[in-house]
Amino acid sequence: MPTANVTMTVRDATPKVRVIDIQGEVTGFSEKEIAAAHEEAAAGGVDAVVLNFEGLDYMNSGGIGLLVTTLIRAKRSGHRLMAYGLTDHYCEIFALTRLDEAIELFDTEDQALEAI
Amino acid sequence: MTEPRNTDSWAAPVDAFHVGEVAEGARKGNVEGRKPTGPLQGFGRLWQKTYEVRMPGPTPEVVIATWKENFGQFWYPSNKFYAPAGGIAPGEVAVIGGGKGPTKVTSGVRVIYADERSWSYMTPEGHPWAAIITFSAHEGDDGATVARIHLLVRANDPLYEMSFKLYTSKLEDKIWNHTLTQVASHFGVAEPRIESSVVLIDRKRQWNQVSNLWKNSAVRTLLHRDR
Repeated sequence: MPTANVTMTVRDATPKVRVIDIQGEVTGFSEKEIAAAHEEAAAGGVDAVVLNFEGLDYMNSGGIGLLVTTLIRAKRSGHRLMAYGLTDHYCEIFALTRLDEAIELFDTEDQALEAI
Repeated sequence: MTEPRNTDSWAAPVDAFHVGEVAEGARKGNVEGRKPTGPLQGFGRLWQKTYEVRMPGPTPEVVIATWKENFGQFWYPSNKFYAPAGGIAPGEVAVIGGGKGPTKVTSGVRVIYADERSWSYMTPEGHPWAAIITFSAHEGDDGATVARIHLLVRANDPLYEMSFKLYTSKLEDKIWNHTLTQVASHFGVAEPRIESSVVLIDRKRQWNQVSNLWKNSAVRTLLHRDR
């Protein structure tokens, strides 16, 4: 199976909000990486997990599927899932797949944090 | 931020499905004007289903090109796939006629993504599934090409959810097992072995989507409102 060409780093934005910095490609082969990053970000209970897509190089429909399952995990854990840093193109993809109705999108990290 | 490299692989967002030129006999009534529905918009429990077959020989690109071109022929025999004139390409809408008697359903799918190694469908309102269905091929660990079908799927309304355990889930297994068997046989695999997995992603039903019932394609097909 092809290896995932992505790194996901978790950091604290505030005491109750964590950010996942995504660098590289989000495809169906990134399942372990995104599941592990979300688990780390949600550990101990948070109000929100924010996905930072500024370093996103590429995403296919397999990657969109992973975001759907990540959203369900977030709902189950009781926290919000937000995102920022998407190009106009990927904002369109979120609209195409109607993910934008469930994942809150922002231009910048500051805007996302202000909305919490 | 630089522009991503696969912009041409994605369809443009639309508010509703629009059926272009398709083969004669296709009934568009359950597709034309319907909103796209993904796994976040359906009613029932959310399932992830994966089906795979290994094929030594062809590259993933050859498998996908061949599969796209012959999708209707590789598909389940009692279901009819009316391919769009533009083929399986981003934004194209196909019409589906499936089943017999009371289980007969006409509906469709829209291609939301397509590249050399994969493509994905999204379903319209009224389709049995609110789903994203991805067909792909990649190199396996042993060097063989693995063809895969991956579904993220909820039953679109309470009627479909009721039929899920009784009938449609098993039918779906048959459809995709048949499809992968046909793909593998095309490439000379004598006895294709299909591996599958089913994972319950979300056990909650989305009661705020109960009104999807009004668009139920099976009921509308039964009432001949699918023309």
